[in-house]
Amino acid sequence: MEVTVRLFATLKDLLPEDKKKISIELEAGSTVNEVIEYFEIPQEKPLIIKVNGRHGSKSTILEDRDRVGIFPPVGGG
Amino acid sequence: MKIYRVNMTEGKVTTEDVKEDYAALGGRGLTSQIIADEVKPNCNPIGAKNKLVIAPGLLSGTNAPSSGRLSVGTKSPLTGGIKESNAGGTAAQKLAKLGVKAIVVEGKPKDGKFYTMMVNKNGVKLEDSSADLLGKGNYEVMEKMQKELGEDVSVMSIGQAGEYKLQSASIAVSDPEGRPTRHCGRGGTGAVMGSKGLKTIVIDDTDAPGVSIVDKDAFKKSARALAKALLDHPVCGEGLPEYGTSILINILNESGGLPTQNFRRGRFEGADEISGETIAEVINERGGNTTHACHPGCVMRCSQIYNDKDGNYLTGGFEYETIWGFGANSEVDDIDAIAKMDRICDDVGVDTIEMATTIGVAMEAGVIEFGDAEGAIDLLKEIGKGTPIGRIIGNGTGFTAKAFGVTRVPVVKNQGIPAYDPRAVKGVGVTYATSTMGADHTAGYAVTSNILDIGGTVDPLDKEGQIDLSRDLQIATAAVDSTGLCVFAAFAILDNDEALPAVVDMLNAQYGLELEVGDVTELGKSILKVERDFNTRAGFDNTDDRLPDFFVEEECSPYDVKFDITDKELDEVYDF
Repeated sequence: MEVTVRLFATLKDLLPEDKKKISIELEAGSTVNEVIEYFEIPQEKPLIIKVNGRHGSKSTILEDRDRVGIFPPVGGG
Repeated sequence: MKIYRVNMTEGKVTTEDVKEDYAALGGRGLTSQIIADEVKPNCNPIGAKNKLVIAPGLLSGTNAPSSGRLSVGTKSPLTGGIKESNAGGTAAQKLAKLGVKAIVVEGKPKDGKFYTMMVNKNGVKLEDSSADLLGKGNYEVMEKMQKELGEDVSVMSIGQAGEYKLQSASIAVSDPEGRPTRHCGRGGTGAVMGSKGLKTIVIDDTDAPGVSIVDKDAFKKSARALAKALLDHPVCGEGLPEYGTSILINILNESGGLPTQNFRRGRFEGADEISGETIAEVINERGGNTTHACHPGCVMRCSQIYNDKDGNYLTGGFEYETIWGFGANSEVDDIDAIAKMDRICDDVGVDTIEMATTIGVAMEAGVIEFGDAEGAIDLLKEIGKGTPIGRIIGNGTGFTAKAFGVTRVPVVKNQGIPAYDPRAVKGVGVTYATSTMGADHTAGYAVTSNILDIGGTVDPLDKEGQIDLSRDLQIATAAVDSTGLCVFAAFAILDNDEALPAVVDMLNAQYGLELEVGDVTELGKSILKVERDFNTRAGFDNTDDRLPDFFVEEECSPYDVKFDITDKELDEVYDF
């Protein structure tokens, strides 16, 4: 299956240069954790995860054509 | 400490001791209490009977981290209810060091002149400054005052909008570089200052006695503990210093809660062009500063200095709200144009949030097209000229909507709704509806648990849990707003059990009190009750605690959600 991944703030440098998002191939039944491993994001790093814009976690099971957004902790107001 | 009472009718200043009831109050707690005690709720906000109360927070002027916030309280010309508007900048710390608990400005000059209020170690004095400063914008006023009186003085001033008494007029507070980038923005406090004939307040803390602290060692220890909690928190210690507040553009866009095209939908195609990541790149390329403190001693340093294409200073304190409003909500994706709009607002002295929703409504009305950045810049310039269209725009969103017959009007209690769609971020929707201040995200920033996973997680699209979340945050925020601490300290307080006790320990060490953590909640509740009681006496009732109809009737994409929290549920916010 294929999911679209967007990485933000300090994580955006893990995307290929000048890319805002990329599509990656994952095995059916994969979780967000596989995406994190794909980009070699350290496991201990705190993250905010959105799957199709909704709250997600490392264990969220993904489906084909899902949209994954990963952020380091961010805030403001 | 003392309270200065400045009577503008007679041009007379009196000094009062702080009465016992006010001793443990500061910032918002004090400004709201004085307004509730002294101002007739049904008075004309720009008449002689309204008052303007200026107060530093309880911890301001000490070395407590990020404690330099200033509160200004009044009856709001915009909402008609009680108002506390707070700002960073250098004023609060200097006032506190001079031993000023509050300045109460009352009356109205009979001669129609404008004055400068000088505050220094000798007290408070008024000088007629009509000839020098009238009609000038905040940048020129501040530069002039610092040239005359030294670059270390802090200046509070109004631009032309305050002179014209427009309902969105702000009070500018100088930042550490002496620029008018920090504002008591919301609710038209600048119009009240203008109505009092005050153009500027200059604060000089040369030879100030400083803040007295009962137990200095205990204070130092607790201040260090709070600084550590802030620095250890990933948002306060890393995210905010690196990117500033506009880092939120992408996460709100991703979450479908970034209001676009006058709150028609929750995602903006041009979000990346106006995101915190893009802005940081632009700032760095042009030799600006992404990590700027709005007041000395702030560890979060979320402000920034934004240069133009030629590398010259253009604006500072360029916040998420401003960028969202002149950006996504107006369908403008040109960050330099948005920076120019921010600069104009700071100079003329108007609230950028109110102006953002006003421009959205002007676009809705067809005065200019959505996406027309130059048109928006021209409209904002009209405010300073005092033309009829400038005065319409400068009177805010509700006024502009009436002038042009628009019905999709994003306001609560006539104050513009900020940068989170209440349908897709329901917790903050509850805050907008029920806050004593009118639509105000900072009054109970439920975006924390709704979007940012701070202080737990509450699904932003589901109505479940939003009332309790907003209520708890509104109570806590009222208390934090009294300390002089930046509201962003709340991120650490929500996630780190050691942060709030450190704040309480500082207050105890400074004032020789024996407060417990629970007393903070009680303080917050009592402030909200005082404010709500004022509003009730001013004619507000439960029906004012509601969102505009279109949030209940129209779906917000991409989640096609409506605001479905009932009136009865909204009324439960005040069950305490």
